[in-house]
Amino acid sequence: MANVSVKNLVLNFGSVEVLRDLNIEIPSGEFLVLLGASGCGKSTLLNCIAGLLDITEGQIFIGDKNVTWSEPKDRDIGMVFQSYALYPQMTVEGNLSFGLKNAGLGKQDIEQRIARAAEILQIEPLLKRKPSALSGGQRQRVAIGRALVRDVDVFLFDEPLSNLDAKLRADLRVEIKRLHQTLKNTMIYVTHDQIEAMTLADRIAIMKQGIVQQLDTPYAIYNSPVNKYVAGFIGSPEMNFFDGKLAGAKADGFEVEGKKISLKGYDFADAPRQAGQGACLGVRPEQVVVGSAAKAMPVKAKATVELVEPMGADTLVWSNFAGKPFRFLMEGTAQIGIGDKLDIGFDPAKANLFDAETELRL
Amino acid sequence: MADATLNVGQLGEPSGTKPKRTFSRRNIILYGTLIVIAMYYLLPLYVMVVTSLKGMPEIRLGNIFAPPVEITFEPWAKAWATACTGLNCDGLSRGFWNSVQITIPSVIISIAIASVNGYALANWRFKGADVFFTILIFGAFIPYQVMLYPMVILLREMGIYGTLTGLVIVHTIFGMPILTLLFRNYFTSIPEELFKAARVDGAGFWSIYLKIMLPMSLPIFVVAMILQITGIWNDFLFGVVYTKPDIYPMTVQLNNIVNSVQGVKEYNVNMAATILTGLVPLTVYFISGKLFVRGIAAGAVKG
Repeated sequence: MANVSVKNLVLNFGSVEVLRDLNIEIPSGEFLVLLGASGCGKSTLLNCIAGLLDITEGQIFIGDKNVTWSEPKDRDIGMVFQSYALYPQMTVEGNLSFGLKNAGLGKQDIEQRIARAAEILQIEPLLKRKPSALSGGQRQRVAIGRALVRDVDVFLFDEPLSNLDAKLRADLRVEIKRLHQTLKNTMIYVTHDQIEAMTLADRIAIMKQGIVQQLDTPYAIYNSPVNKYVAGFIGSPEMNFFDGKLAGAKADGFEVEGKKISLKGYDFADAPRQAGQGACLGVRPEQVVVGSAAKAMPVKAKATVELVEPMGADTLVWSNFAGKPFRFLMEGTAQIGIGDKLDIGFDPAKANLFDAETELRL
Repeated sequence: MADATLNVGQLGEPSGTKPKRTFSRRNIILYGTLIVIAMYYLLPLYVMVVTSLKGMPEIRLGNIFAPPVEITFEPWAKAWATACTGLNCDGLSRGFWNSVQITIPSVIISIAIASVNGYALANWRFKGADVFFTILIFGAFIPYQVMLYPMVILLREMGIYGTLTGLVIVHTIFGMPILTLLFRNYFTSIPEELFKAARVDGAGFWSIYLKIMLPMSLPIFVVAMILQITGIWNDFLFGVVYTKPDIYPMTVQLNNIVNSVQGVKEYNVNMAATILTGLVPLTVYFISGKLFVRGIAAGAVKG
């Protein structure tokens, strides 16, 4: 088992700053997910940890060993790629044993390790096949197996499920989680899929433009995002934002389009604030209640249905609130049509409030 | 197909495969053009073959398109074994073996070096790789004539001027720019993640090249081999400049047979000699053509 720590990491491609002064501490056995939109530097960071990219400044430690200048093979890592990257001319067995042969292991040892990995991943019947004769899910299993046989301390996943269809993705996601529970290795997992991130991670690092925006548990990231970017990025359907200003003597109210909303019970951050300051209120679509339950909510309104997106379990309704488009979720069984008038309400204490300029949590 | 026409007939409205007329205007123009162009290229070959099978009296009649009345293989035997070039009267056979001795090592060495070059340029972005690549590509555009004399001096100083070794080295050097470009482009098209995976698996420079890249590159090796075999076999300029009469390649010998000024011009022998000389590249095309297509098809299945 090994912890990974990235210290003051800087990476420039020519004059382009890709990663800026990055610091991440990953304790041994943690499942860390690097999440972000494409181009945010998450894959680049993973490549740096793997030693496939030379960094410009900073240090990388794996298992308390400084590996900043080490070759990938000397870092005790296994890596799984989005395109599987299986060696096409070798059988599955050949793919699994390639790294072990390079490491100079004995024949018997190699066989044992392959047998064990094949058992864990249930790919025993496939060992004699070529990658071209495997399905996408099977290929990715073999790719995971290639990391598994090497008995490494740290697993690196670079969007491993992005090439699979939705159902397989869900299946393999569960398997990866199970694998982590069995092996208890440190795992670093790059994805742009927030469901993968939420379901798999012990902690999530949300990245944007080479900077980690927030590094916390999925619960904390979802329920108290540190800034507007994180709030908007995580959660699907996306959070509703209302631009307004703080009101009240203690700046504990919110005013939007002449509508006053009391923020009683809201857990304010330590940031200084004053009445009249520009602010942005974020309400998640699933925090909105509809119908008779709405009457009990501190904020109540009438909403006209403008668009309906049935998603099976839930139905997403588009409406209007305070002059802005407003999305909220209803039960999938709700029978509603365009033009229907609904009672809606939400509790601002559970909402999120951000500064209009810095976009930081208030 | 048969069903489709049936459907159309019965229901009177389009259903199933759209029927295609064999003699549509498009087909006539297309195949007509192809046939004319094929004739244009095949006719000279036909003339060569029939002429080489005729005796001299028959040739003097002047009907160059007429098939031979009496088929004789004597011109072929003479071209191969007894035709005279300068002092030697052992035909093209000498030149053939010289060409074999030149072509085989040149092809193997140039492809071996160029493929490693291309691999290094595509996957191991070392410092100065771009400059190196630019210089190499620039080399492809310098006319050979410019480098002829400096090369003579270089080979002379190395003590291998006028030897087969010298010519092999010349061919290897001059094949380098285009072959490196070919291999670099091919290796760049192989997914980078494969290379990364191999590095994580602990494979080094040579190990990745030999065990990962090489087995995936059959198509491009076949292409390179076709280029080099035909290029080097057909070469005349380097052969005549860097060797001496004893070890002239086949092309140079062919020229000497055909252009010899004394005596009667033996057209049938000349034709036979020319076909013999061209036989190697021709065979390479026929054999490797199939392999080439198969290689491409195999390479298309992504692992």
